[in-house]
Amino acid sequence: MITTDSGIPVDPWYGPPEEPGPALGHPGEPPYTRGPYASMYRERLWTMRQYAGFGSAEDTNERFRYLLGQGQTALSVAFDLPTQLGYDSSHELASNEVGRVGVAIDTADDMAAVFDGLPLEDLSVNFTINATAPIILAFYIVAAERQGADPARLAGTLQNDILKEFLARKLYVFPPQPSLQLAGDVVEYCARELPRFNPISITGYHAREAGCDAVQEIGLTMAAAIAYAEHFTARGLAFDSFAPRLSFHFSSQLDLFEEAAKVRAARALWHEIATKRFGATHPHSGRLRFFSGCSGATLTAQQPLNNVVRSTLQCLAAVLGGAQSIHVMGYDEALEIPTEESVRLALRTQQIIAHESGVTRTVDPLAGSYFVESLTSELQTRAQALVQEVDDGGGYVHLLEQGVPQRWIAEAAYRTELAVQSGERVKVGVNQFTGGGEDRPPRLFEVDSAAGDGQRARLASRLATRDPAPAARALAQVREAVTAGANTMPAFLDAARAGCTVGEISGVLRAEFGEHREPAPW
Amino acid sequence: MRVVLAKPGLDGHDRGVKVVAMALRDAGAEVIYLGLRQTPGQIVAAAQAEDADVIGISVLSGVHIPLARQIREAQQAAGVDDIPLVVGGTIPDQDVPALTGLGVRAVYGVGTPIGDVVAGVMAAGGSVPDGRAQ
Repeated sequence: MITTDSGIPVDPWYGPPEEPGPALGHPGEPPYTRGPYASMYRERLWTMRQYAGFGSAEDTNERFRYLLGQGQTALSVAFDLPTQLGYDSSHELASNEVGRVGVAIDTADDMAAVFDGLPLEDLSVNFTINATAPIILAFYIVAAERQGADPARLAGTLQNDILKEFLARKLYVFPPQPSLQLAGDVVEYCARELPRFNPISITGYHAREAGCDAVQEIGLTMAAAIAYAEHFTARGLAFDSFAPRLSFHFSSQLDLFEEAAKVRAARALWHEIATKRFGATHPHSGRLRFFSGCSGATLTAQQPLNNVVRSTLQCLAAVLGGAQSIHVMGYDEALEIPTEESVRLALRTQQIIAHESGVTRTVDPLAGSYFVESLTSELQTRAQALVQEVDDGGGYVHLLEQGVPQRWIAEAAYRTELAVQSGERVKVGVNQFTGGGEDRPPRLFEVDSAAGDGQRARLASRLATRDPAPAARALAQVREAVTAGANTMPAFLDAARAGCTVGEISGVLRAEFGEHREPAPW
Repeated sequence: MRVVLAKPGLDGHDRGVKVVAMALRDAGAEVIYLGLRQTPGQIVAAAQAEDADVIGISVLSGVHIPLARQIREAQQAAGVDDIPLVVGGTIPDQDVPALTGLGVRAVYGVGTPIGDVVAGVMAAGGSVPDGRAQ
C-alpha cells in the first residue's frame, strides 16, 4: 500500500470527495485553515529567522550582524546548554559545554553584549529557551532598558514551552507543575507589560525531530496547548486575554503535500479547540500562527550537499502551508553547527523561494486540490483522535509524567530506523545511490576552544565587581516570590538588574522546586 | 550480553540512544539505559554494578572527546578499563582517531546503519547479534 510518511493511505488519484469536508472559509477568516491573514505573503513575506548563537556574546553579536547584513529580517538566539539548564559557566557540569551549542549567558551584561548596537525596539527576536525562560526574558528586558528601549515595544517570541522539554527536547530542570507555574508567570507578565511579544511558542517540532509522525506532531501540540490553556485559565487568566498571543512551532519535513496539509489541519483544529473547548470570543484567539523549522533529523551526513535540496523542499512546504517565520537548516548540520557559508546558503534558499519562485503571489495556492484537501481533513481527524486519547488517558501532563507519549515517539523513531535499514524508506546517498564522489562537507565550523575559559574569566570579574548586598537581597526576593506563589517576573527583573547570574537564580528555584527526573523509558 | 547505555553531559537528544537500545534489545542483548545527564562516575559505577559487557554513550553536543576521556579515566580509576567503551552521535570523522586514542573501542557517527551499530556493539561485548556467546 502506498501511504504518506505518516501512514495515511494514498489513492492513485483524487476527485471530488464523496462527503463534503469541513468548511474551509477564506484566508484570514475562521477556521483559518487557509491562513491566519487575508493577504499573507502578498502584503508581507514570512520572517526569515536563522537560529544562531555560539561562543561568547561577542561571537554571537558578530554572527547576528552578518545575518542582518545578508537580508535576514529578524533574529533567533541559540543558548548553550548550561544557560538552558540554569548553570553558570563556572559550574562543574558546565565545564565542557560553555558556548558550545549556543551562546553562553551568565548575567544581564552578557545579554546586553549579544545585542550591542542592535536596536531592540526595531528587531523581532526569538529565544529558544525553556526551563530558564523567565530569567532569560528578564535579562533581555534589562538589556533593552539599558538601550533606552520601551519594553512595551519589544517584539519577538520566547519559546517557553516547558512541556515539550519533558516530551522530546529534554532540557527540563524543575518538575512539571512548578515549571508550568513559571511558564504562566511569563504569559501573565507579558499580557500586561509586553503586548507585542509572544510569551510562548507551543511546539511540535521537537517531538517530530525525535521521531514521531505528522499526525502525532499536530495531536501532541494541541494536547500541550490545551494543557497550557487549562493551567492559565485555572490561575485566573481569561482565555481571550492570552490566546491571541500564543504562537506555535512546527517542523517541516520532506513529504511535501502532507507537510503543507499538516499546518492547514493544525490551524483548523486549533480554531475548533479554541472556540468549542475554551469558548473563545476574540477572533484572534483561534487564529494559529506558527514558526516553521526545517528538519535537522532528515539531513544526512553522507553527501551533505544533498541536504540543500532537502531543505529547499522543506522550506517550500512551509511556505505552501503559510508559515509566519521560517528557519532553514545548513547543509552541514548533521555534523556541526553551520559555517557562515552554509548559513548564507540557507538564507538564500528562503530568499529564492520568496522572490524567484512565484509561490507567494496568491494565498494558499494548494487549496481546492482534491488530494491536499483530503489529506488536510484526514490529518485533522487523526490528530483530533489523538487529542481524545490523551484526554481519555488522564490528560497531557499526567501522561508526560508517566512517560507515555515519550514512548510513542521512541517507538515511531525505531520504526523509521528499521524502514531505512530495510530500504523500505529510501534515503538518497545513504541506502540508495551511494557512491561516486565527495562524501563530506568541504570544511566544518570550528568552535573556539578558549570560549569556556574566556566566559569563566568574565563571570569571575563581574562577580568580583558587583555590589553584593543588592544581589543577595534580590535573590531573597526571588525566594519570597516563589514561596508566596506570586508572579516571579518582577523578582527576576530585580535580580537581573542587581547582576545576579542564571545559576544563582536557578539555584534558588532548584532549592524551592526540586529537580525533575525522567521516568525510565522501559 | 549486557550493555549499559547512557547520555553523559548536558545534551538532551535521546532519539539515537533509544533507537540503539531497542535495536540491541531486539538482537538479544540486555540493555540498561541510564538516561540523561549522567556523570562519568555514575556511568562507570552502573557498569560495575550491572556487570556490563559494553558501555555505550551518545553525545550530540560536540563534546564527545572530553567526555570519553573522563569516562576512560573513571574506568581506570575503578579498575574496569577492560569494559569496552563505544561512542555514538554527531562525531566528525576527524575526531575518530582522538577517540580511539583514548581507548574508545568503536565510534558510530551520523548515518551509521543501525545494523552496523548492533553488530559492532555485540562484537565488542563478545557476542554475535542473535545472542549466542562467542
